[in-house]
Amino acid sequence: MSEASVIHDIGYQRYEGPRLGRGAVFNSLYVHGLRAAYGFGRSAKAKIFPWLVFGIVSLVAVILAAVRAQTGLLPLNYIQFADAMSWLIIFFVAIVAPELVSRDMRAGVLPLYFSRPLRAADYVGAKVAAMVTAVWALLAVPQFIMFLGAAFTAKNGMSDVWKELGDLLPAWGYSLLWALLFTSIGLLIASLTGKRAFAAGGIVAVFLMTTPVVGVLSILRSTDAQELAGLASPMTLVSGVGQWLVPDANTGLFIGRFGPVYLIEAITLIAGCLLLLLARYRKVASL
Amino acid sequence: MTQGLTKTYGGRVTALDNLTVDVEPGIVGLVGANGAGKSTFIKIMLGLIAPTSGTVRVFDLDPTSQPDQVRNRVGYMPEHDALPPDVSAAEFVTHLGRISGLPRTAARERASEALRHVGLYEERYRQIGGYSTGMKQRVKLAQALVHDPDLLLLDEPTNGLDPAGRDAMLALVHRIGTEFGISVVTCSHLLGEVEQICDSLVAIEGGKLLRADRISNMTEVSDVLAVEVSEGTQELADALEKLDLPVRIDGRVLLVPLEREDTYDRILRAVADLDLPLHRLDQRRHRVAELFAPREKADV
Repeated sequence: MSEASVIHDIGYQRYEGPRLGRGAVFNSLYVHGLRAAYGFGRSAKAKIFPWLVFGIVSLVAVILAAVRAQTGLLPLNYIQFADAMSWLIIFFVAIVAPELVSRDMRAGVLPLYFSRPLRAADYVGAKVAAMVTAVWALLAVPQFIMFLGAAFTAKNGMSDVWKELGDLLPAWGYSLLWALLFTSIGLLIASLTGKRAFAAGGIVAVFLMTTPVVGVLSILRSTDAQELAGLASPMTLVSGVGQWLVPDANTGLFIGRFGPVYLIEAITLIAGCLLLLLARYRKVASL
Repeated sequence: MTQGLTKTYGGRVTALDNLTVDVEPGIVGLVGANGAGKSTFIKIMLGLIAPTSGTVRVFDLDPTSQPDQVRNRVGYMPEHDALPPDVSAAEFVTHLGRISGLPRTAARERASEALRHVGLYEERYRQIGGYSTGMKQRVKLAQALVHDPDLLLLDEPTNGLDPAGRDAMLALVHRIGTEFGISVVTCSHLLGEVEQICDSLVAIEGGKLLRADRISNMTEVSDVLAVEVSEGTQELADALEKLDLPVRIDGRVLLVPLEREDTYDRILRAVADLDLPLHRLDQRRHRVAELFAPREKADV
């Protein structure tokens, strides 16, 4: 430590340059979070899982595009594709959410953040935005691969491409809904613990436990109960909203006339989780 | 510069009880036992928690209503571990520089600068997880410096350091306060280390102000000479008594007030006459500790 005094001998310089406002700070935290979600700026180990999931999802999309180009059949449409990937998304969320929030909590970095011009709302907002982008990209990029495959093999030129685009855009919106719902649930669970394994386990457990409930409800006698069964699990909830808003998506879920109920629950769930997350960080920030 | 008025912080526990203090720029030591309210005081200055009643002014700004302006000019070094193990110091300090609002390149430059000033230039690309406690404390100090604050709030900067590391850290804090032109408020429960480097001292106990003054005012009482001999301490004490020197025996050390110019010589002569092996003879300032003597024993 004594060599320090030698190094010190160059004088201290004051910083006279610009200091950016909260917007720039939010932006840099967002970019940092988005990079962290895919393991950039982290060890090689941190890159394995996100890229593995991304690789599998993309591979499926490439295969689907190839099958369609060769045979003209469409095994899965864009929305069905998102549903089919649901478990991979959960896996991804269970890895990324702890990476984004549990890690900061574990290391005790939060006091360093909150002693700077950064509010709890900025922190939560940047983390949510980063993760929504990351999860959305996980679905939207492969969907775009499928679109490209379809567009380049289109038989009727531009009109087919436009029609295809008409299918893609709602599907991107649908992916955004997936991202929003899973991010808010995932981050809320992850923010409760500093232990990454607990957070990941908790997230998977929440999604895992709710699936059998849907199964049980959907074999009840009452049609209403069957049609409302999807509300019990986040995954079928998203499918329900998709089914209602894009009727020809054929998600395989029967929601009857309860479409609006699905949408309302989805919105309430997202908003509720985000508010709880914010409340959690309001409390943490003052520690 | 840091102007504290009345702050009562309540709820179930009263951490600060009607504390009024006004601090000048320079290095300020904030001393008190564990739980005296030092950290609470710092958190209120950062605007992390609002005072229950009373007001605080930092650079004439109110941290409660203008936290951004205050935090732009303040660097905070927390007491506890606050570093992720799996990134390099350079990367981490750069990131926090950006969170402080520095543009990308400026953040990178300032991070290297700050790490250089705390003596971690060579090691800055290593992962923090592999650092020693002393190095981690330095990283924490560097991140508080990265955005060039006008005031540093250091919460127990010497926590967990060995004596050498502690001296190095104190020397660094002293440098920051004197050469860098940054005011420092440093918190400690050890009076001894704070008095070495601070210009003024604020002592709090149980959330109440015990004393706030400049160190020079506290120590202006006459200096003492400490004499230590390897053997014959008692004989020397007797000899000095005969010379009309008011000796006080403090363990193996004899304390003699330095009242006259020739006190030095008279002690030396007495030692030489008795032919005792002189171990040490040095001038000691009245320790601030003596001002808080009964409390100090309870703390340490």
